[in-house]
Amino acid sequence: MTPILTVERLRVEIPVKAGLLRPVRGIDLALSAGETHGLVGESGSGKSLTALGIMGLLPRRARRSAAQLRLGDLDLLPLGERAMEDVRGDRLAMIFQEPMTSLNPAFTIGAQLTETLRRHRRVSRREALERAAAMLARVGISSPRTRLAQYPHQLSGGLRQRAMIAMALLCEPRLLIADEPTTALDVTVQAQILRLLAELQRAMGLAILLITHDLSVVARVAQCVSVMYAGEIVETGAVADVFARPMHPYTRGLLSAVPVPGKVKRGEPLGTIAGVVPSLVGEIDGCAFRTRCPAAHDACVRPVPVRTAGAGRRYRCHLSPGATEAPP
Amino acid sequence: MIPGAAPPILEANALSRSFQVGQGLFAAPKTITAVDDVSFALRPGEVLGIVGESGCGKTTLARMLLGLMAPSVGEARIDGRPAHGLDGRKRARLIQPVFQDPYSSLNPRRRIRDIVALPLIAQRRFGARDIDRQVGAMLERVGLAPELAARLPVQLSGGQRQRVAIARALVAEPKVVICDEPTSALDVSVQAQILNLLDDLRRDLNLTYLLISHNLAVVEHLASRVAVMYLGRIVEEAPVEQLFASPRHPYTRALLASVLTPEPGLGIPDVGLGTTLPDPTNVPAGCRFHPRCPQAMDTCRTVPPRRVPAQDSSVECHLFG
Repeated sequence: MTPILTVERLRVEIPVKAGLLRPVRGIDLALSAGETHGLVGESGSGKSLTALGIMGLLPRRARRSAAQLRLGDLDLLPLGERAMEDVRGDRLAMIFQEPMTSLNPAFTIGAQLTETLRRHRRVSRREALERAAAMLARVGISSPRTRLAQYPHQLSGGLRQRAMIAMALLCEPRLLIADEPTTALDVTVQAQILRLLAELQRAMGLAILLITHDLSVVARVAQCVSVMYAGEIVETGAVADVFARPMHPYTRGLLSAVPVPGKVKRGEPLGTIAGVVPSLVGEIDGCAFRTRCPAAHDACVRPVPVRTAGAGRRYRCHLSPGATEAPP
Repeated sequence: MIPGAAPPILEANALSRSFQVGQGLFAAPKTITAVDDVSFALRPGEVLGIVGESGCGKTTLARMLLGLMAPSVGEARIDGRPAHGLDGRKRARLIQPVFQDPYSSLNPRRRIRDIVALPLIAQRRFGARDIDRQVGAMLERVGLAPELAARLPVQLSGGQRQRVAIARALVAEPKVVICDEPTSALDVSVQAQILNLLDDLRRDLNLTYLLISHNLAVVEHLASRVAVMYLGRIVEEAPVEQLFASPRHPYTRALLASVLTPEPGLGIPDVGLGTTLPDPTNVPAGCRFHPRCPQAMDTCRTVPPRRVPAQDSSVECHLFG
């Protein structure tokens, strides 16, 4: 089966005063229909720019290059801005942490939903309204007719998030890129929105690239995970596998830093990662994590090998598998 | 030290605070009761976690405890004295805040050294050399390298800025620190460092914390007691182990069920709260949680539940009395 999304050696480069900023340094991703792939990393790891790179929404002065960037059979690399506009909102959609990034405060929910639909499908205004109302109902918004006539500020945060999801899914995209979709929400609402996304995914066979800093969200909803550090994917594999046996020292450090009720006794410290992320201007020789790695040694200044550990499981590290399997 | 033995260092006695909120040009203003009859007593060395969702009144409560806002009814007491109306300098030596956002809570034009020195300068009790020495010691204590003292906030990372905020809060040696979402703006690896630091400092300096957070895992890690707020009221309060092991209020149970942990295969819990969200401008009659409560009975729609105290906990729900 053709994967929904194929990304090979994606790079993003942005000229800045200090030189060439390289926030995305050759990453690979593959997603199939119905699959959720979690892309996790901390601020500045390059996860959001990876998403914007795939969407063709990078800042004007940024440069994108890749060996492959395909949405199903469609090669996205040669597409210009016009052609990308046809793809976005249709086969490829994106939702953000802040719903007001996608919703225009000056137009009603109805106007925005029908505009999206009529941009990509030949439907009458009336039919567009019907479909918009049906989609609002599908994302769990009660009295959808009333909501269509309302402006975004008249909706609560949770409802706005649902309206944004409705707008993204209106044309039944094949890939949804969700960038921190629940980070700003209360925990009870977060659980509801994540359940909703999972239901819609099952019904539509949607592939979801879930970008988040929250390892718990990834553990619960994704099948595969890629961990980003300094613009590279340092570890990737099936979620159950990576969380049970993290191989890369960065993945281990991240997992040990998450407070889990009942796991770490009070009074005992949480795991931490010392130091700060390296500058992403220019090339990084050797392993980008070596300045913070508890297991770094002489070899870490040399180019990093990609190691495999079972099906679909890869990590970039000089340490031999035996060395990283010791308990953290 | 046995927490029960000492008199309370921080008390809320039937605290309430209302606001008038305009409803537009021609509508009569509405009254919102952001905090409604909140009482607790915190003893030295304890950490009281306050959890609840947006709009539950956590931050209004913090502002009253800090003496920054007068209560409409009731009284906040710090070390036996009323918080509001306490002389600013005296108050600063008793209670200090650490806020969520280290990007907006530090003056961008001041050097780190001056930001941390300000509470000491305001005391007007120390000479310049004494202040320098205390600031240097405090920066070291929170894990900041001495060369950072001459920098501006913009030159620091988020975690470093939060360390500066903690240093500024602790330099005047307060007894109580109100931490309002102290790690919500930070990455997980930095969050762990700050939580470890707060825990170390509390033990070393015998501090008392009021920890406000929406993150129950953070509260579980640091707090000794937990109070759960819903639309302005504390609906359940208990020692942390008890609250996490046997939550009683249906809202507490839903909150705990919503906490996601990095354990694959467990899926997303169905918290069973429906899609109505709490609205502080329109507090339901009876029990204010009843529209979302999976166990609501007829009484809950009309009669507000009374607080049911037990040995060292309390719950406010018709299911328990």
